[in-house]
Amino acid sequence: MAKKVAFLQGNEAAAQGALYAGCNFFAGYPITPSTEVAEVLSAELPKRSGKFIQMEDEIGAMAAVIGASLTGAKVLTATSGPGLSLKQELIGYACIAEVPVVIINVMRGGPSTGMPTGPSQSDVMAARWGTHGDHAAICLVPASVQELFEETVRAFNLAEKYRMPVFVMPDEIVGHMRERIVFPEPGELEVISRTAPSVPPEEYKPYDTRFGDVPPLASFGSGYRFHVTGLNKAEDGFPTTKAALVQAEEERQLRKVTANIDDIVTFEEYLLDDAEVAVVAFGSTSRSARFAVNELRKEGVKAGLFRIRTFWPFPDKQIAALGARVKAIITPEMNLGMCTSEVKRCVEGKAPVHGIFRVDGEPINPGQIAQKIREVL
Amino acid sequence: MAFEYDKYIRGGKLPHIWCPGCGHGIVMKGLIRAIDTLGLEKNNTAIVSGIGCASRLPGYMDFCTLHTAHGRAAAFATGVKMAKPEMNVILIGGDGDGTAIGGNHFIHACRRNIDMTYIIMNNNIYGMTGGQFSPCTPTGAKASTTPYGNPDPAFDIAKLAIGAGATFVARGTAYHANQIDKLIVEAVQHKGFSVVEILDDCPTTYGRRNKFKSVIEMMNRLKDIAVPVKAAEKMTPEQLQGKVLTGVLYKEEKPEYISEYAKVIERASKG
Ligand SMILES: Cc1ncc(C[n+]2csc(CCOP(=O)(O)OP(=O)(O)O)c2C)c(N)n1
Repeated sequence: MAKKVAFLQGNEAAAQGALYAGCNFFAGYPITPSTEVAEVLSAELPKRSGKFIQMEDEIGAMAAVIGASLTGAKVLTATSGPGLSLKQELIGYACIAEVPVVIINVMRGGPSTGMPTGPSQSDVMAARWGTHGDHAAICLVPASVQELFEETVRAFNLAEKYRMPVFVMPDEIVGHMRERIVFPEPGELEVISRTAPSVPPEEYKPYDTRFGDVPPLASFGSGYRFHVTGLNKAEDGFPTTKAALVQAEEERQLRKVTANIDDIVTFEEYLLDDAEVAVVAFGSTSRSARFAVNELRKEGVKAGLFRIRTFWPFPDKQIAALGARVKAIITPEMNLGMCTSEVKRCVEGKAPVHGIFRVDGEPINPGQIAQKIREVL
Repeated sequence: MAFEYDKYIRGGKLPHIWCPGCGHGIVMKGLIRAIDTLGLEKNNTAIVSGIGCASRLPGYMDFCTLHTAHGRAAAFATGVKMAKPEMNVILIGGDGDGTAIGGNHFIHACRRNIDMTYIIMNNNIYGMTGGQFSPCTPTGAKASTTPYGNPDPAFDIAKLAIGAGATFVARGTAYHANQIDKLIVEAVQHKGFSVVEILDDCPTTYGRRNKFKSVIEMMNRLKDIAVPVKAAEKMTPEQLQGKVLTGVLYKEEKPEYISEYAKVIERASKG
């Protein structure tokens, strides 16, 4: 049987991806350009006995998804810039309490109300450092409608696997563009659920490191009684201020990501084998970059593209290697240099890094990228 | 025989953090007696709180417990209850937690009428952070951030809850300890969002600053100002000056949120 094909908007595909991953609870608060995710799920979830709730604000939405996740639900919230700012305290809560949640943040201009319908890529640092304190972060940056579907599925998998919040961050262009999408069959993409405890309820500890850096998570109402708090806690979930315990817990929480970089980080290398200049780009900007690289190749210019698909953790290793072998790197992005500074950090001066920054609500076009490549060569 | 509180307390988690003379412990005992009377299953009951002295209560209780962020208990609890309606969900918090930072979630929880019980311990002050004034601090009272007397008017939590759509609202005091469990029992049995405000006192950060000589004096104040709703019916407005009504203040049957959402699911599935 032929696979189901549709012509979908990015945000609609994200909602479909969530359903594919088993999402059965959504809480949100409307904000452009993310609203279609909520709209689709308000229609689709109840058909599957799932729950949709429009909360009074983004803080409430974030709280509700964490509460629902603790009962075992697979949960999603969707938002954009100012909504992301409001969610930040509770994103930190999900980090420290180690609760799986997926946050789709469709990037518009900012800070503040900024440009509600203008695209940007300027929330990537908010995904990394928006909430206070030390914590790990995972952030996926899809570049097409198909990818938005698939990456939403992967975000659920990562959230469940590592017991933490995971961001999917399409820019507004990717969230709102319409493209052909081929739906994967059930079973075709991996779908992961959190590990349930194997010990009897009396022995269960929600942060029991005997089971590794990602301890099994029981559900409220499943016969396991446990305590969850946003305070620094010992492995039984109760607050502690014992120095050694707090230090070890915080380090373990970072290690969930740092020790699994290769499982998490994804990227795409395009015509980089013999490249003298590499464009490093993500989201819709990487599509313009690919076009520019193809055009320049026709003229004999050895240009290539490194497409970032997982922004956090950043593909440090790969970009460091890239910096050691090309003459220059171009980093076009719809912000004032967030990715560029990360690339420079990785490259450590081994190659010059030239940013192209736009925050005027206009996409970065292939001509602009091609021109920059010609300039630096 | 004396009541066996231990059955519901987590081994090894006491002593609690509350100061001598604080009313929060009296409320916890009332809650335990209520849970016992209701026969709520430990595995099937979630106790959810925000942040503050009052909000530390769930940690001591042997249930599924969730100590969230300041002001957010109602929103977390909404997620728990909606995702698992078969669970009993009880919310706990202070007056600051519930009506300042959490005011928005509080009024919307009342409006939705989701079947949960919210116990607010109103000690007129921010206890945990050291006695700053709260939206419930009486006008003129001293707090660490109102050294010249509080210029703000105070919220009446019960009126706020009724106005926002809560379908069961009761008030008790820590002095009237034997009434607390009865109010909570009735609140939990009510289908819809129920609010139980318990007036209690913070001798440490409110009493000292406001010239109460002792915990006993503060307790006596609670005794003196409380008027049961029935008794109030026979009193004149002059007699009711400076008093607060206690007992079940409001009760109404209205569609409950989870049941209404079940109808949404039914309509969607027929789609
Ligand atoms: C976002 C945020 N702001 C402020 C605080 C600091 N804080 C902790 S407890 C508290 C007040 C608690 O007062 P109340 O809710 O009345 O409860 P009580 O301690 O009196 O029982 C405040 C302001 C916090 N934890 N989080």
